[in-house]
Amino acid sequence: MYAMVQLVLIVVQFVMLLALAPFIVGVIRKVKARLQCRRGAGLLQPYADLAKLFRKQPVRSSTTSWIFTAAPYIVFASTVAAGLLMPVFLSHTPLNFAGNIIALVYLLALGTFFLILAGLDAGSAFGGMGSSREAIVATLAEPAMMLSILAIALTAGSTNLSTIVHQSALLEGVVLAPPAHLMALAAMFIVTLAETGRVPVDNPATHLELTMIHEAMLLEYSGRYLALMEWAAGIKLLVFLTLIVNVFAPWGIATSVAPLALVTGTAVYVVKVAGLAVVIGVIESMFAKLRLFRVPELLGAAFILALLALVFFYTLRG
Amino acid sequence: MFRIIKKSLATGVVTGQYPAAKAPSEPVSREAIEKAKPFRRSLTIREVDTGSCNACEMEMNALANPVYDVERFGVHIAASPRHTDALVVTGPVTVNMERALKDAYKQTPDPKLVIALGDCAINCGVFKGSYAVTGPVERHIPVDVRIAGCPPRPAEILAVLGELRKDRPNSDR
Ligand code: SF4
Repeated sequence: MYAMVQLVLIVVQFVMLLALAPFIVGVIRKVKARLQCRRGAGLLQPYADLAKLFRKQPVRSSTTSWIFTAAPYIVFASTVAAGLLMPVFLSHTPLNFAGNIIALVYLLALGTFFLILAGLDAGSAFGGMGSSREAIVATLAEPAMMLSILAIALTAGSTNLSTIVHQSALLEGVVLAPPAHLMALAAMFIVTLAETGRVPVDNPATHLELTMIHEAMLLEYSGRYLALMEWAAGIKLLVFLTLIVNVFAPWGIATSVAPLALVTGTAVYVVKVAGLAVVIGVIESMFAKLRLFRVPELLGAAFILALLALVFFYTLRG
Repeated sequence: MFRIIKKSLATGVVTGQYPAAKAPSEPVSREAIEKAKPFRRSLTIREVDTGSCNACEMEMNALANPVYDVERFGVHIAASPRHTDALVVTGPVTVNMERALKDAYKQTPDPKLVIALGDCAINCGVFKGSYAVTGPVERHIPVDVRIAGCPPRPAEILAVLGELRKDRPNSDR
């Protein structure tokens, strides 16, 4: 019985991640369209795009190796695996035993690594450029991300995501160390914008190859490979938003497997994530993309914030 | 920063405030509509300029602005032919762009559409007879849809794209 419930929960979480990711992308696009005085595509447009791409015949460059075809599957699988490691609507992840927060960070890094390789593989100039930029952003974002999560992990006394989320959810909105909490949150938010290719760092809607980071690595992809890559990018965005929502503000998440708690947990989760997507859409409309050489400064600021959060945690505890 | 948000909220949605289109001189063929079936809800366009005077590109650009907002129909403009469902070709095919056009066509994944935009792409228009021109688009790659005009207005381009999204071809005419 217990094993059955756990299995069902894993499947539900899996399906939810896959199904919700395009919707979040649609929400951001809709908010941006409205702030550009446009009507914009419907919220379900990303689903139609994916369905169409899966039906197309992919084109492969004759200069590519097996990495080119394997990368989309690896990127997709590692991103989904990272998503399964973290609590989404229930504070106890079924796959809790499989890894903690460090595993999650490095599963995402594995995806990024193969994305970078794939960008280099076809040997086109733009792909290589995108890869080198992505490598810069990824290496600078990772320490800030680790530190900001560690600050929260210290508060909860565990690097296990389920424990962190469960403990803070049980506190019902009481934050033990507010300054540390807020600084870690700010650092994590900047990292999210950088890692998912959002505006101050990268522009997901650009058509200019010279300014691309994430898109430049995908220029060579077509058909189902492109669909997998774009879907994975959507899931990665959702994973980061979930991380912010559940680690920094887990209130309302289901803390037991009672049906009522599960339903409210899911509803609260979807509302929170969609709200965060709206915030990202507004930010994208307010800011211009940063010059590439200013990006390290932004990520440096995120790192300092996360470091300060750690220092505050220790000093405030006395 | 907040000035931008305030302004766009005060302006409201301006999509759709454009003059109505004339009826296209050449109706969209039944085969083209049949071929566009997989792209009814989502169409990605790559613009290939084979030597136009740039006026046609300006009109294509206008499609993405808030007034015409082609995105509301699920039409995107992509940066790579690999991402593309429809190649929009403008201008007569010049000697130097002939190979690029054929390459772009080859790199576009199947199933695909080719849209010839503007008189130049259809029959070389004002550049007919020039030594630098190798002929209309049709001479090099198969063309499915033609949008006449020099340049065609954005509303006319939108009307043709709308025609391609129809469920039952020409049923209401
Ligand atoms: S059709 Fe007219 S506007 Fe378009 S490229 Fe030719 S000359 Fe220019």
